[in-house]
Amino acid sequence: MSAVLTSPPTPRHQASPGLWTLAWRRLKRDKIGMVALVVVAFFLLLMIGSYTGLIAKNWAKEVGVSYANPSFMAGAENLEAAQAATKDTGAKVPFVDLSDIDPLAPKYAEWEKRTAEIKITDTPRADTLLFGGDKWGRDVIQKAIKGAETSIFVGLVAALLATFIGTVLGGLSGYMGGKTGDFLEWFYNVFTSIPYILLILAFAAVFKRGIDTIIFILAFTGWTGIYRLVRAEYIKHASREYVKAAQAIGATHTRRMFVHILPNVSHVCLVQLSSHVVQFIKAEVILSFLGLGVPVDSVSWGTMLAEAQSELVIGKWWQLVAASVSMALLVTAFSMLTDSLRDALDPKIK
Amino acid sequence: MGAYVLRRIGQMIPTLAGVMLLIFVLFNAVGGDPALVLAGKITNKEQIENIRKQLGVDQPYHVQLGYFAFEVATGFTCTWRSFTEKPDAAKAPANADLKAGPKADPKADPKAATKAASPSGCQAVRSWSTNEEVPKILMTRIGPTLTIMIPVLVLETIIAIFLAIGVAYVRGTLTDRMIMMICTVAMSISFLVYIIVAQYYFGFKWGVFPVQGWSDNFWKNVVTYAPLPVMLAIFVGLAPALRLYRSFFLDEINNDYVRTARAKGLSENTVLLKHVMRNALIPIITNVGIAIPSLFVGSFLLESFFSIPGLGREILVAVNRSDFPVIKAATVYLAMITMIINLLVDVAYKAIDPRVTFK
Repeated sequence: MSAVLTSPPTPRHQASPGLWTLAWRRLKRDKIGMVALVVVAFFLLLMIGSYTGLIAKNWAKEVGVSYANPSFMAGAENLEAAQAATKDTGAKVPFVDLSDIDPLAPKYAEWEKRTAEIKITDTPRADTLLFGGDKWGRDVIQKAIKGAETSIFVGLVAALLATFIGTVLGGLSGYMGGKTGDFLEWFYNVFTSIPYILLILAFAAVFKRGIDTIIFILAFTGWTGIYRLVRAEYIKHASREYVKAAQAIGATHTRRMFVHILPNVSHVCLVQLSSHVVQFIKAEVILSFLGLGVPVDSVSWGTMLAEAQSELVIGKWWQLVAASVSMALLVTAFSMLTDSLRDALDPKIK
Repeated sequence: MGAYVLRRIGQMIPTLAGVMLLIFVLFNAVGGDPALVLAGKITNKEQIENIRKQLGVDQPYHVQLGYFAFEVATGFTCTWRSFTEKPDAAKAPANADLKAGPKADPKADPKAATKAASPSGCQAVRSWSTNEEVPKILMTRIGPTLTIMIPVLVLETIIAIFLAIGVAYVRGTLTDRMIMMICTVAMSISFLVYIIVAQYYFGFKWGVFPVQGWSDNFWKNVVTYAPLPVMLAIFVGLAPALRLYRSFFLDEINNDYVRTARAKGLSENTVLLKHVMRNALIPIITNVGIAIPSLFVGSFLLESFFSIPGLGREILVAVNRSDFPVIKAATVYLAMITMIINLLVDVAYKAIDPRVTFK
């Protein structure tokens, strides 16, 4: 009797792991993918930190002298700062009495008195900053973090929007087919027959500058690749048995499209989302560099590079390095993560 | 084959109409009042009204759309007439108003000069900022763009194919993985950084090449001004091309025919260069075909950095000046070129791969 009671319980039916569980397991085994994931997560944290004002809050403050040297090369001469300093003390101009002909002469005394009333506090400016300063003496590292916030935000939101547009249109076209499909194919053909760069520039010519505009432009011109892939997936799935079964129990078209099929093609969307973030970050940097991207009062990696171009000629390389290294780091990590995701989510591999 | 081509041309018409509609909606409906852009600081209502009348933007949308279709068509007739007319009519100061001599391509030159005169009263649409005829602007700018882009495409493809064979040969080794790693990193650095750094070192610091510039002489352009931008474009394009082509070679390498070839006792070289190469070339050629239309747009970044008077730079300038006619015309005509080239590539594909059938 007792033997029956103590016998181990019969193993229950184990739920077989789904695509996402399997993918996560595969991703965890992929060392490069995990490192890339950590780097990307770090940048996302930076972005959130800078957005909420926890870090790089004072990026716009002029804390150093003009083109402050990085602290590891404090000894290097800084002609620009020296020049600015001499300008402050005022160059000695030989005094010439112009009071006879100068119509403003009687007012000088009054102006001087009023100037004296205003107190100017000169903020102490550091000679060196951790990784140097820009023309206005702003900390390059803080600028790079703020720039990362702008660039990643634009890339991420634009990619989300493009994936949304591409998935909805691709799903409609692939699932519905017929007239709707033909119309959407025509729409797709119109967008792809214009060279991509030209399409972006045409949109940029019409709309005003701004972060929301550039997100819109990138998303509205960049959905075509996702549309193509999602459409192909939907065509494949629309005739499968599970969709027919859903139809048999009375599921509506919308329900079949987005509740039944979408989870089965979502891995395609995720990989596309990831690769479009990379593509859009690069595009944003170039557009901002050309002055077609973010507005003047905000900073992105592109505007930093635009400043760096002229700085390089006078030997101030740190802004160029800060912007390009931080961008390269993120983009490399993101591309590797995309590759790992693609491998991990490939349903053919078990 | 003939039926296929005809059907493809038939499909182009609605697409082209769609492109024109998109451009029209973008520039005439969404893109603000062009009169205000043109007038600048003028606030005189009458003057603005006059400008609106001149541009025809005071008309209802369907009339404006008609104008736009007419403009696109006149672009063709004017260009066509300029080809057929005798060049003696071209005595007028043709290119006097162009800052940089866009005569890079000697073949394009007489055409450009002829067109400038257009004595038959051909009314092509004019640029808002320079008052030049837009088709003429585009025709003169295409020479420098092609001078840069054709060498880029040819050299990049050849170099990438041979590097890809090399990498596929040592697949799976440390060298292979290192090269792929370097490619990923190289791809993640912005094109801007490459241009800025290369221009600084090669042009400014070491003086190997001119920092920027362009001349009227085709050979001088090829020898002095083109090398640096061409090399940069190849260098930047190489990493993604290498990764892609390597995957094409690796897709082929595991096929049965490769095993058969090896089993016959063929050397690895023969297997790779003869058997694998032929099959891997098919997707490579498709890929090059896709890249051909972008030749005409050129690299607007390279063109603006190196002051090359090409199409890309012209479009960028037009965007900055809100010169809508130039952007509209460039978009519509380049879309046409893209569609025609895509058709040609598909037809040429048949010649390369006998398995392809036209549906």
